Amino acid sequence: MSIVLFDPPGPRARRRARIGGAIATAAFAALVAWVIWRLHDTGQFDGDKWAPFKDTGIIRALARGLGATLRAASAAVLLALLLGVLLAAGRSSTNRALRWPVATFVEFFRATPVVLLILFLFLGFTDDFARLGGHLDEHAPDRVSRILGLGQFGTLAPLVLALTLYNGAVIAEVVRAGILAVPRGQAEAARAIGLTSRQVFRLVQLPQAVRIMLPAIVSQAVVALKDTALGFIIAYPELVRVGRLIYDSRFNIIPTAIIVTTIYVTLNMTLEWLANRLAQRQSRRYSRDAIAAARTAALPT
Amino acid sequence: MQVLSDNLPDLLRAFWMTVKLFVLSGAVSLVLGTLLAAMRVCPVPVLRFAGASWVNIVRNTPLVLVFVCVTFGLPAIGVRTSFFRFAVLALTVYTAAFVCEAVRSGINAVEPGQAEAARALGMTFRQNLTLIVLPQAGRTVVPPLANILVALIRNTAIAEAFGVTEASFELSGLVRDHPDALYPLFAGVAAGYMLMVAVVALSAKLIERRLTVLR
Repeated sequence: MSIVLFDPPGPRARRRARIGGAIATAAFAALVAWVIWRLHDTGQFDGDKWAPFKDTGIIRALARGLGATLRAASAAVLLALLLGVLLAAGRSSTNRALRWPVATFVEFFRATPVVLLILFLFLGFTDDFARLGGHLDEHAPDRVSRILGLGQFGTLAPLVLALTLYNGAVIAEVVRAGILAVPRGQAEAARAIGLTSRQVFRLVQLPQAVRIMLPAIVSQAVVALKDTALGFIIAYPELVRVGRLIYDSRFNIIPTAIIVTTIYVTLNMTLEWLANRLAQRQSRRYSRDAIAAARTAALPT
Repeated sequence: MQVLSDNLPDLLRAFWMTVKLFVLSGAVSLVLGTLLAAMRVCPVPVLRFAGASWVNIVRNTPLVLVFVCVTFGLPAIGVRTSFFRFAVLALTVYTAAFVCEAVRSGINAVEPGQAEAARALGMTFRQNLTLIVLPQAGRTVVPPLANILVALIRNTAIAEAFGVTEASFELSGLVRDHPDALYPLFAGVAAGYMLMVAVVALSAKLIERRLTVLR
């Protein structure tokens, strides 16, 4: 909190702040009152708009939507981590024939809209993915195929793949920043005792970089979790889509929107709190600058 | 390639829509986000609280959900306008929260001695912010703001699902008509977005170079 911008308030400043506060409060109160009046006027507080949420069927549908969101998010984050590490390794390789294509790949997927990637994979290959999912479904035990969501593979796969490509490209940059933040002496010492460049990356640089990157990676996981809502566009049954199914049949968009938003905000704030806890813990070991550098490598979305 | 050149007028019209979405919501979010940042550092607690709530709620909500709330939620309480305006509103509400955080961290990055010296000269909060701190924050804020604007370009594509006939909407229509031309269509539209991103990134570089001072 930058308290430096104004002096500790004296009597006159306190009075001004009180007046300003009163005006601001009045303005906000007026806005809130208008919204509540509109909500009331259009009958949003009526019991029958909220009654569906006492229905176990609706609650179960919301839980399934949350499950579908978390399934897509965790799959995308895991795959993106894998891809990100591979891309970062490729981009910091000494071989130019490898470095250049990888750099182009990363920049392409960082600049392309995720929606466009999703549409491309969905419009072009949804039937193939659905067939593949059905095929896997036949051979997998019931429980496994439910957890993997093989029944919705036609929409799940485009969503997860698009998110993997985008987040993998972002995580590649985070990993690269993390590796640059590891003191150079570490890599030099590792080379001096005769490790190959691959061993240096895998055994010395990466494990130390992970500590620096962890907060940035958790923040990126929040971004990926939010982006799973793009599955809405191709009718993947995640939380927002389920919300739409509910309000289309019960005509209660406002209550549904309030409940779905609350779920997302709670979930993401918990994750963000976790990221901050991690950042605090890591800052005991590494400079805050290194961690901040790794965090800014991730674009805001 | 034939498909691209045959449908060039439609594609250009769609991209013009994307550009309009981007420029309008970008401009309004820059202003609104800076105002929000000013609210978050100002002496009036109510304003600080209001700014912080906006940022914390919006940043943790998926943009698709913001679109749903604006495009389908507002008509439910009697607010009606075009899909385009709803899309601009949704993008602005969302992007302003990120602009606010970027500007606020820029404000925090200004040497505290600057603001203290301004206070010692008897400047008020508003003078301090507008004459001393914000101009200096502007320098450090250009790269993160450029990132936010690039993210905004990419986010305009979401309007596709909410009734705006912009580039991605045009793409899905064309792919449905010409399924065999998936790759050229996708490459062409992606190139369009890349061009917009490149323009923003280059202008940011130029502005950054302009504003950099040697210390």
